[in-house]
Amino acid sequence: MTLGDGQGDGPGDGSIAGQGPGDPPSHRARAGMTPGNGEHRGIGRPDARLRLGDEVIAFARALRDAGLPVGVDQSESFARALAWVDPLARGDLYLAARATLVFRREDLAVFDELFAAFFGGPRGPGAAPRAQATPIAPRHDRGEFFRTALVAYMAERAEPSAREVDVPEHSKAASGLELLQRKDFADCTAAELDAIARAMRDLRLDVTLRRSRRLVQARREGRLDLPRVVREAARRGGAVLALPRRTSKLRRRPLVVLADISGSMELYSRILLQFLHGVTRRHARTETFVFGTRLTRITGQLQIRDPSAALDHAAREIVDFAGGTRIGDCLHAFDRLHARRVLGRGAVVLIISDGWETGDPARLAAEMRRLSERAHRVVWLNPLLGRPGYAPEARGMAAALAYVDDFLPIHDLRSLHALAATLAQLPRRKGANRPPHAAMARAIPARVPPGAEVQR
Amino acid sequence: MLAAELAARGYIVDDALAMSVYLALRMQRPLFLEGAPGVGKTLLAGVLAELFETRLIRLQCYEGLDISQAAYEWNYPRQLLALQAHGRAAPGGASAAPEAAVDDLYREAFLMKRPLLQAIDAAAGRAPVLLIDEIDRADEEFESFLLELLGDFQITIPELGTIKARHRPIVVLTSNRTRDVHDALKRRCLYHWIDYPTLATELEIVRRKVPGLADHLRRRVVAFVQRLRREDLSKLPGVAETVDWAEAISHVGGAALEPATVDVTLGLLLKYHDDIERLRGPVVAQLLAESA
Repeated sequence: MTLGDGQGDGPGDGSIAGQGPGDPPSHRARAGMTPGNGEHRGIGRPDARLRLGDEVIAFARALRDAGLPVGVDQSESFARALAWVDPLARGDLYLAARATLVFRREDLAVFDELFAAFFGGPRGPGAAPRAQATPIAPRHDRGEFFRTALVAYMAERAEPSAREVDVPEHSKAASGLELLQRKDFADCTAAELDAIARAMRDLRLDVTLRRSRRLVQARREGRLDLPRVVREAARRGGAVLALPRRTSKLRRRPLVVLADISGSMELYSRILLQFLHGVTRRHARTETFVFGTRLTRITGQLQIRDPSAALDHAAREIVDFAGGTRIGDCLHAFDRLHARRVLGRGAVVLIISDGWETGDPARLAAEMRRLSERAHRVVWLNPLLGRPGYAPEARGMAAALAYVDDFLPIHDLRSLHALAATLAQLPRRKGANRPPHAAMARAIPARVPPGAEVQR
Repeated sequence: MLAAELAARGYIVDDALAMSVYLALRMQRPLFLEGAPGVGKTLLAGVLAELFETRLIRLQCYEGLDISQAAYEWNYPRQLLALQAHGRAAPGGASAAPEAAVDDLYREAFLMKRPLLQAIDAAAGRAPVLLIDEIDRADEEFESFLLELLGDFQITIPELGTIKARHRPIVVLTSNRTRDVHDALKRRCLYHWIDYPTLATELEIVRRKVPGLADHLRRRVVAFVQRLRREDLSKLPGVAETVDWAEAISHVGGAALEPATVDVTLGLLLKYHDDIERLRGPVVAQLLAESA
């Protein structure tokens, strides 16, 4: 390879002997095909190059099936890249495929697995030892695995709402909805939950705005807009008649939701997931996570348009449910893996949980402190807060409260509307009314009327 | 080999990164590097510039970055002065020929070239290396502007016309992943995730960067950092930190790496108070023993 020359023609233009795009190496096709796919791919075609092209397309399709966003552009650039490397050398084939087909770090593992399954043998150099440790499941088995996991999940998770009854059409009527406004999700029948889900569809969570550093035109406030001053002046032969200005653009704050789906939240999880689906889809800057003993990001799954398909996809990702709750550990995982990425730009964090912590409350408190330092505002939504006589005495809840800016119920439709109203009026300054820790716990009234906002 | 050429300039790459760089050069595609801070993303652009003996043009991204800061801007004060002068030169005639005055205003003489325009500017003799650093700090508006630029390597200035790159610059984008960069942008690039280096690679890097450090100390230093990266920390030390720390240890000297020395120099490796507090003392001693 010659590097450092060919500058006059652009850096990439130096050609390698015998390997230019128009002058491909002679042995294009690889000998082995994936078993079971050989009949319709390649066999019988005289042109070896065509065969490789077919394989590229088939491999790209396999990646797409596995959920990687591989488009025609990617398969095309993979095919182009093959002109520059020796596809017979397995390492080169792997590295070229990886460089052109993967553009998200989280896709690398799936890619490695599929590459091994598709082209056989070890994966990339250096990854070989791992390949032996985990036998590669063929693609159809993966699908089977997903389906099984899904069925298991739906069976367990959807139990409370699965009591099948005929849905009378008039449940949609206004009078029915009026009653449903105050009915605790936990007490609702499947039909009622369906009606609630329909009513939730119009609910928007409009988080307050913040000033960004991007400038937009303004009339009176802000800095002088010199480009426009000159343009206007030029039009008037040099006379400056007006002083247009620019000011910073207002942007919606990002919303980050962390929802507890552990056993104690079981009666609320499904309807709240439906609620989160709507929120995630409508509010462009939402990141959604669920947790129990582990934290799972489900933003991508919830972005699917069809609610039931979205929930099904989310369900596939969720590995632990109806187990214990380790909120502190999950917040820690959030801090290490996601916080840097999603908490920037003044995010508002919603934690939905009843606060039953099975881990160490001190750890939860420490993690909450960290979270409250990094987020613009931390809102804790607790379904139990809607129950008469509830006091936040559970060990975890009491520990976390010191770092919570707003403590609100989330157990009926009305509380969802109250949440929307609160988010629309968050104070601009971070933590301005964040009380001293001790005072905070006292500020929570022992008895909270159902649906009422807690004012401090 | 490319890897060897880079190594000769002090930049050690693994096979995967070498392939990505190689293909980016051959296919003339931008290279999108993502990874934790301090793993050498930015450095690679500098080394590439050195390798091709060309100019490195760096654009540091931030929120609100717009075309006037990234691509070009008209020199408004000078334009205004020129307008006024024009008005005076033709008394009473300012309104007579304003079009001429306007035409005169939007010439290259009044154009201030910012990094992106510099990078595709035809006047440059050879293709430069364009580093678009920390793209994750910019906002979506700027991303969509970049999409256009990276697709065609041209910039359209409404008052002047389209400027197209005669030589495609070598483009390197970096992201610390403080937010997700849109897929559409990544699709136009060759993507590579840079991980922390392996023990062997990091030893080699330190050997080149801190030649004054004795062999046995270098092994202890790098092994300790590698062990640290398995700890649960707010921010893991990057290669840059390893090199800084190795440098410090080389000045302290001594026959062995003592826990006391590590304690007082820990600030070079860890940048969060919580992390330092947790590790200082017994934990450091234990990690040192484990990594020996």
